Amino acid sequence: MDIGGINPAILIASLMVASVPIMLAAIGELVVEKAGVLNLGVEGMMIIGAICGFVLAVYSGSAVMGFVGGALGGAVLSLVFGLLTQFMLTNQVATGLALTLFGQGLSSMIGQGYNGIKPPATTALPLGPLAEIPVLGTILFRHDWMVYTSILIIAAVWAVLKYTRTGLILRAVGESHDAAHALGYKVVRIRIFAILFGGAMAGLGGAYVSLVRVPQWTDGITAGAGWIALAIVVFASWRPWRVLIGAYLFGGITVLQLNLQAAGAAIPVEYLSMSPYLITILVLVIMSSGRGKAALNAPAALGQNFHASR
Amino acid sequence: MQRRTILKGGAALGFATMMGGKLAMAQVLEKVKAGFIYVGPIGDGGWTFQHHQGALAVQEQFGDKVEIVWQENVPEGADAERALTQMALSGCNIIFTTSFGYMDPTNAVAAKFPDVKFEHATGYKRDSANVSTYNARFYEGRAVQGHIAGKMTKSNKIGYIGSFPIPEVIMGINSYYLHAKKVNPAVELSVVWAFTWFDPAKEADAAKALIDQGVDVIASHTDSTAPLAEAAKTGGKVIGFGQASDMSEYKPSPRVSSIIDNWAPYYIKRVGALLDGTYAQVDVWEGIAGGEVLIGEITDAVPADVKAEAEAMRDAIGAGTYHPFTGPINKQDGSVWLADGAVAPDGDLLGMNFYVEGIVGDIPS
Amino acid sequence: MLRLEKRPSPSRTWAWATPVLAVVLTMIAGGIMFAALGKDPVEAIRTIFWDPLFNPQFASYSRPQLLVKAGPLILIAVGLSLGFRAGIWNIGAEGQYIMGAIFAAGVGLALYPVETRWVFPLMVVAGIFGGWLWAMIPAVLKTRFNTNEILVSLLLVYVAQNILASMSLGLLRNPEGGGFPGSRNLSQIPAMANPELIAGTGMHWGVVAAFVVVIAAYVLLQRHILGYHIKLAGQAPRAARFAGVNPTRLTVLCMGISGALAGMAGMFEVTGPAGQISIDFNTGYGFTAIIVAFLGRLNPIGILLAGLLMALTYIGGELASFMLSLPSAAIQAFQGMLLFFLLAVDLLTNYRIRLKKREIA
Repeated sequence: MDIGGINPAILIASLMVASVPIMLAAIGELVVEKAGVLNLGVEGMMIIGAICGFVLAVYSGSAVMGFVGGALGGAVLSLVFGLLTQFMLTNQVATGLALTLFGQGLSSMIGQGYNGIKPPATTALPLGPLAEIPVLGTILFRHDWMVYTSILIIAAVWAVLKYTRTGLILRAVGESHDAAHALGYKVVRIRIFAILFGGAMAGLGGAYVSLVRVPQWTDGITAGAGWIALAIVVFASWRPWRVLIGAYLFGGITVLQLNLQAAGAAIPVEYLSMSPYLITILVLVIMSSGRGKAALNAPAALGQNFHASR
Repeated sequence: MQRRTILKGGAALGFATMMGGKLAMAQVLEKVKAGFIYVGPIGDGGWTFQHHQGALAVQEQFGDKVEIVWQENVPEGADAERALTQMALSGCNIIFTTSFGYMDPTNAVAAKFPDVKFEHATGYKRDSANVSTYNARFYEGRAVQGHIAGKMTKSNKIGYIGSFPIPEVIMGINSYYLHAKKVNPAVELSVVWAFTWFDPAKEADAAKALIDQGVDVIASHTDSTAPLAEAAKTGGKVIGFGQASDMSEYKPSPRVSSIIDNWAPYYIKRVGALLDGTYAQVDVWEGIAGGEVLIGEITDAVPADVKAEAEAMRDAIGAGTYHPFTGPINKQDGSVWLADGAVAPDGDLLGMNFYVEGIVGDIPS
Repeated sequence: MLRLEKRPSPSRTWAWATPVLAVVLTMIAGGIMFAALGKDPVEAIRTIFWDPLFNPQFASYSRPQLLVKAGPLILIAVGLSLGFRAGIWNIGAEGQYIMGAIFAAGVGLALYPVETRWVFPLMVVAGIFGGWLWAMIPAVLKTRFNTNEILVSLLLVYVAQNILASMSLGLLRNPEGGGFPGSRNLSQIPAMANPELIAGTGMHWGVVAAFVVVIAAYVLLQRHILGYHIKLAGQAPRAARFAGVNPTRLTVLCMGISGALAGMAGMFEVTGPAGQISIDFNTGYGFTAIIVAFLGRLNPIGILLAGLLMALTYIGGELASFMLSLPSAAIQAFQGMLLFFLLAVDLLTNYRIRLKKREIA
């Protein structure tokens, strides 16, 4: 069952793997933005996660430890952002951009001497007979555990935001920090935790790049994935499950265009590779014009700093 | 009006052509300070890494008589011009600029510093007497790879990950395909353009796309080891080659051989020439013969007879008895490019913008 | 416990003292980093901050280069700062910069080899138009459909980059370039070149424009009703509406100005220092300019100084990189630190730090 020389089952399976880093980084950023904070330093946190995860995996000989290290590395770097924006009240856009600059430099310094080393392998989860199911087995049941974990994280974020008190408080802080403060919530503390979560997720995504997607370390390995994650959050209009769709769409188009080329289809590569961005803009326009701003679901206090005057 | 018509490939390029030799004859220098401008980080594991290896070899060779300085991550354009000027001001006697995009900045700065020697990699402009250009005939290595690919493929599908559709890359694709086809007429080539020199994740995706299409031998023209890492995941079903550096960490399979950019002999020769006063402007396009292109060890994953044939081809190219582009070769549209026995002129190769007959697909433009 | 107390009005003393404090703090933190890398910290810091200005070997060249590097940063940052003040977030200046360059180069190369002095001004207009047009997309989407301009302008950067790659491989490719990507070298075509105006000063038309724009923005903000509206819209959006400020008009104007200036910067860069359209033409000026705008506290004079400081760290960083064999990554991290400190100490301008006993809840 090939379409245009491409087996759709294999294609879907590949795009699921290709989308993991941007999906993780995007779901982290979604939580940060839900709390009313705009952290543009995703790329910096991802690449720090990539190198920290790599170093730890190489030293411990365990890929799991590597992912833990990636998450920690990303979280520590995001703390710099958190301290600056929440306590020193710096502008979030500028601080986020500076964070990326710093993260790229730092990762390359940490990474000296790690070129050409192979990290411990992350293998496919043994799902036994499930993996043998035709088509569905190929698509769903032959992945490594991080693919499933990343989907579980999306589900968890969705559930927490929707059903729990924590989610409610988080959203309240993002909608109106003054009102949340008046109700007695610790706005700054909540935002710091959101930022840390965002950093950890970006770091995890980065570690997936250096440990699974391209199991190696080279300078600049994330090559702009963090910026795409930012676009996905908007594409998803701040809804967790749409992050999944957005990540598959963005990851998918790259994989699809490469597959089309490999299958010998004549396609204008440059135009196809700009299509996800144009689609996102289109989606943004439709969603923001359709039912007014509420439909867009953007946190009202996004990007604004909070200082308790009382 | 100073519209400079650029020296078009065919006219001016030859095998180590000496130009204006007398003019540029320098005095003997006691101590040489050599500068290197890199487009990427030294840790890229490929292109820049290999240039830096060459720089270190210069230091090793001449010890106290040479001081080397370098600058990484220099963007092409205005920043390159400044980096070059500052290096010249710092007292460098010779500066190697190691990316095509440094061509105009190199020539502009060279005009201002007639006493400093400039060496530009992969370019073709030599506007003043102190600019030399050097390049390597990587397509010679591609011929050896193509031979191995044609023999090794079981699916009769081989792949090539291209960076940008420029003559350098197209030349490699044609050479690879021609030599695979020669030993395996049933072979089909899939080309994937990544439109990047360096993006490990995308390179891995490109390799995976090829593998999903049934390709089992992959050559890549991008800088990272990601395609090999992807091939390694298939557990020996798919093989590939090291690109720019040996990438020996993927031995013996999937990396069955490699093309190594070996700039050390050239750098040592040029700095040495400054030290002993024999320096002259050159336009060098060396290959296997000059040691600039090395074929990395062919591993035991390749059957002994195929390995022997590949090594014989390497030696024939090195000895000058075989040219990878020897007619009869037709262009993709079926028109004749090289008549029987004719050897491709260098000018044709340096401006190559067509596929040879048998390759399916169009070159993006 | 430490507590922040908002000042009634920003402190003038601290406004001047904080940048100095930040630079000192960066020198200390950076010095520790350089020492950890096994380099002499004093020498490294001196190479970055002192040598480009006063080293007899380099300074006569490096000093003018400060202007070359700072010119586009200032030009873009001033435009952005107007919007930022009004709460209009154009973070896609990089894309507008690219489109300005493409439009300008496109017009110039379409006329090639016409050699009249009208070509250059025509290209300036085209560059401004290109940047303006690209900024109008998020502006119109915002005013018509209420679409978030931060995101649209950012997304359009990637689109512009793809167009740039396609242009340098296709339409604008130099037909005499042997098949390599990249356009003709505009800086070598007299009718299109943006050369150094006075030898040895680094002044080209882009730098001149940057200075003019700084003065114009200063006057606009101090004296003109539009400047008043911009400040009002940023500080008190509701009040602004009552005062008759039309938010649609303001958005279109601010986005338009910042896009036009970014396009202009791209135009002067492609005809001057960069010389040609190529795949890697853009080197991040549009993003760095955002940082410059904030370092300059969104004030035209401040941006001028911030642009020069930023340029100094680039040029000094390059010198340190090859003189002391410092990895370029260390320079990047150092710049990141400088930005962190500069942003952080700004707190002291707007807030007082008070020591206070913990309240009993």
